[in-house]
Amino acid sequence: MKTENQRAWFLVLPVLVLVAFNALIPMMTVVNYSVQETFGDNLFFWQGLDWYEQILTSERFHAALGRQFLFTGLILVIEVPLGIAIALSMPRQGFWVPVCLVLMALPMLIPWNVVGAMWNIFTLPDIGLLGYFLNHTLGINYDMTQDPLAAWITIVTMDVWHWTSLVVLLAYAGLVSIPDAYYQAAKIDGASNWAVFRFIQLPKMKTVLTIAILLRFMDSFNIYTEPFVLTGGGPGNSTTLLSIDLVKMALGQFDLGPAAAMSLIYFAITLGVSWLFYTLMTKDDLN
Amino acid sequence: MQKRSIVPIVYILFLMLPIYWLVAMSFKTTNEILAGFSLFPQTFTWDNYITIFTDPTWYWGYINSIIYVSINTVLSVTVALPAAYAFSRYRFLGDKHLFFWLLTNRMAPAAVFALPFFQLYSAVGFFDTHIAVALAHCLFNIPLAVWILEGFMSSVPKELDETAFVDGYSFPRFFTTIFIPSIKAGVGVAAFFCFMFSWVELLLAKTLTAVEAKPIAATMTRTASSAGYELGLLAAAGTLTIIPGAIVIYFVRNYIAKGFAMGRV
Amino acid sequence: MAKITLSKLRHSYYPDPQGPEDYALKMIDLDWTDGGAYALLGPSGCGKSTLLNIISGLLVPSEGRILFDDRDVTELAPTQRNIAQVFQFPVIYDTMSVRDNLAFPLRNRGVDEATVARRVAEIAEMLEVTDILDRKAAALSPDNKQKVSMGRGLVREDVNVVMFDEPLTVIDPHLKWKLRSKLKELHQRVRATMIYVTHDQTEALTFADQVVVMQDGEIVQIGTPVDLFERPAHTFVGHFIGSPGMNILPCETRDGAALFQGQQIPLEGDIVPGEGKRTEIGVRPEFVSLAESGVEAVVRKVSDVGRHIVVETQVGEDRVAAIIKENAPETGETVHLNFRPDRTRLYRDGWLATTAGEAAQ
Repeated sequence: MKTENQRAWFLVLPVLVLVAFNALIPMMTVVNYSVQETFGDNLFFWQGLDWYEQILTSERFHAALGRQFLFTGLILVIEVPLGIAIALSMPRQGFWVPVCLVLMALPMLIPWNVVGAMWNIFTLPDIGLLGYFLNHTLGINYDMTQDPLAAWITIVTMDVWHWTSLVVLLAYAGLVSIPDAYYQAAKIDGASNWAVFRFIQLPKMKTVLTIAILLRFMDSFNIYTEPFVLTGGGPGNSTTLLSIDLVKMALGQFDLGPAAAMSLIYFAITLGVSWLFYTLMTKDDLN
Repeated sequence: MQKRSIVPIVYILFLMLPIYWLVAMSFKTTNEILAGFSLFPQTFTWDNYITIFTDPTWYWGYINSIIYVSINTVLSVTVALPAAYAFSRYRFLGDKHLFFWLLTNRMAPAAVFALPFFQLYSAVGFFDTHIAVALAHCLFNIPLAVWILEGFMSSVPKELDETAFVDGYSFPRFFTTIFIPSIKAGVGVAAFFCFMFSWVELLLAKTLTAVEAKPIAATMTRTASSAGYELGLLAAAGTLTIIPGAIVIYFVRNYIAKGFAMGRV
Repeated sequence: MAKITLSKLRHSYYPDPQGPEDYALKMIDLDWTDGGAYALLGPSGCGKSTLLNIISGLLVPSEGRILFDDRDVTELAPTQRNIAQVFQFPVIYDTMSVRDNLAFPLRNRGVDEATVARRVAEIAEMLEVTDILDRKAAALSPDNKQKVSMGRGLVREDVNVVMFDEPLTVIDPHLKWKLRSKLKELHQRVRATMIYVTHDQTEALTFADQVVVMQDGEIVQIGTPVDLFERPAHTFVGHFIGSPGMNILPCETRDGAALFQGQQIPLEGDIVPGEGKRTEIGVRPEFVSLAESGVEAVVRKVSDVGRHIVVETQVGEDRVAAIIKENAPETGETVHLNFRPDRTRLYRDGWLATTAGEAAQ
């Protein structure tokens, strides 16, 4: 049982100051922009909620949001089951465990623009390993700068390559924490492999999988650098995800007001969906 | 058992292919790369690496990155430790809301904050310093560090604290000489994740720097565009960005699986 | 339910065992009769869990065979052996209700729902968990969790044997005795063969009809609790069971008599002929009395433990404990010790080496 102690605030204070400095001040700036119009020269005019209305009703935003949900949905549907499957088939102990973990974690430790760049050169039709193989060895016409479907397959594959290991790592952590007695009891109870997975492994992985899904949702929903470097949002607007669209608007067109309003709507959506995930996945524990 | 190990082997091969391609390219001349497809470097060359290690604008990129990543890791873990302790041991006014609010900062798209960050750090005169990037990365690293450490600390029995206080330890002395050593693994894992997320982030790092503190990842984009895609050089620089991460993960390899098993949601 | 025979069983965790020290189980030959309540007693690391896992089929022994009712099951998987096992830490299926937990082993074997419902109700009633049947198993207290694990073991009517691997380790002391007597009662009701592994003599002696004592991968004695107490076959048993344990006193033998500190000590019967490196006299403190004459000893310590008084004395370099009812001597006092002859035995290299005399019958 935790004890009540208001002085605990002092322990939290440094964190609070640092995070608030980074979070609140920029957030205020964004809120400020979102209700004003600027024509440069630091001249601002009160605009009220017009930008919000404009964004929420704009087809461009709807399209980007749709692409964003499609992307996040796809990578969650692929990465989570794949990550669990890989974790299940990994050895539980011995020499190969750290080797597997180190190799698997490697993609996560590469700067995001390098990830984008390396997938770019990997998939170049004539000189990239994958591009050459698909076009010249298999004879499939593959060029992600021309074909939206190829571009989508490429960014999804890249993200699977980049982040599935996070799910593997977390799921594996959950698996190794299950005592042997559970498996032995299941054997004696005559449980099938599926029952072992369904009633022992999956429940024991629930906590870590919740973390994995939340992290993957947040990070994939906010993804910017990798697809920007890889496809630049193209061909056309086909891979322009929410962040890419936002940066295009804010920096490219310098439409600060709408970009700020869009940021906040974006943030609210991320927050809302995360909260939904969180409550859905933890509601069993509460009753 | 043997049949099962196909899955991780195939997966690791899939992970290694793009990395192999990057490394292979880094040993090719740009001419060879552009001339056509070759699985192995035909004319093996160290030139790309020599260029990087002799040109200050290149190698300072690495030094800059390592400086701000290190500052951020130390800072994040240091402030997260007492906070995580507070969350794991005490109830206080607004604790749950505070915890959730901290986590929400991971959800804010970095793209959203790029411009306000630039303005904020320019205003306080930190623009283009290592400290600016290190501080900015605290936004998403501190919440993560608190989260991981809180999980580890909650698994340490409260009796440890009580015994120490009965034995007359002051809080700071107990915390630094008894408590932190008992969650070493957690500190390692938290530091690893802080290092990782600070090392791989580019958008904020690039926005907050110009020359003096420019990270390697940003150096790469600039050189690439101005020199008309020197692919060999780009590949060599990219290869070098993998190395620090690989070294760090090697050190925490035995803790990494444990790290999140103790975490809570 | 079945008779279980262990025949020439040896097990090593090494792929290529060299000497006897590489074996976790050295040579086990044992029959467990149908419907018996057995305890497997021994200190940590004596091989009792290994033996249990071999019976349940979680381990395949390096050598030897296991027979259930004379049918060889050595190579069979746990599921095919039809056994049940309760582990040290409660194993429950978190996401299921108590009812589904209890029904799990039956449903996995395709038992029809009517039978499942009947058995679950019976077992729940026996274990007194009827009122929590619809609760989620994850939310239970440790003792209820362990009850549910026991219930899963007992729910199948046709099990050959139910095994308990130190099942009370995580249970609060005040609930331990309750669960222990529950188990005894359960055995009397279901009459299944039960094997109870423990390092706690009280648990073993209260639960079992027959106790199997193990040490270093070997069985040192099989017997009723009374046998083990009164006539330990090995000094280890004498020492391990009882509180304080049996006095083990180095002695010499000459012309069929035992000499302790130069004095002849009457034994329960004749000394079995044989050679050994070391001979010892074994006598329980309960059968050592203070008398006018006998072995001279100095009192080192007297502790009144309520029901009786434990007197620790020093005889030369050896220590002898005695349990007396009243008239405790002072510390430092010189007393004379008397060993009750029919309870005094000779051990050669640890093993009992006297024939039972008339008095012991």
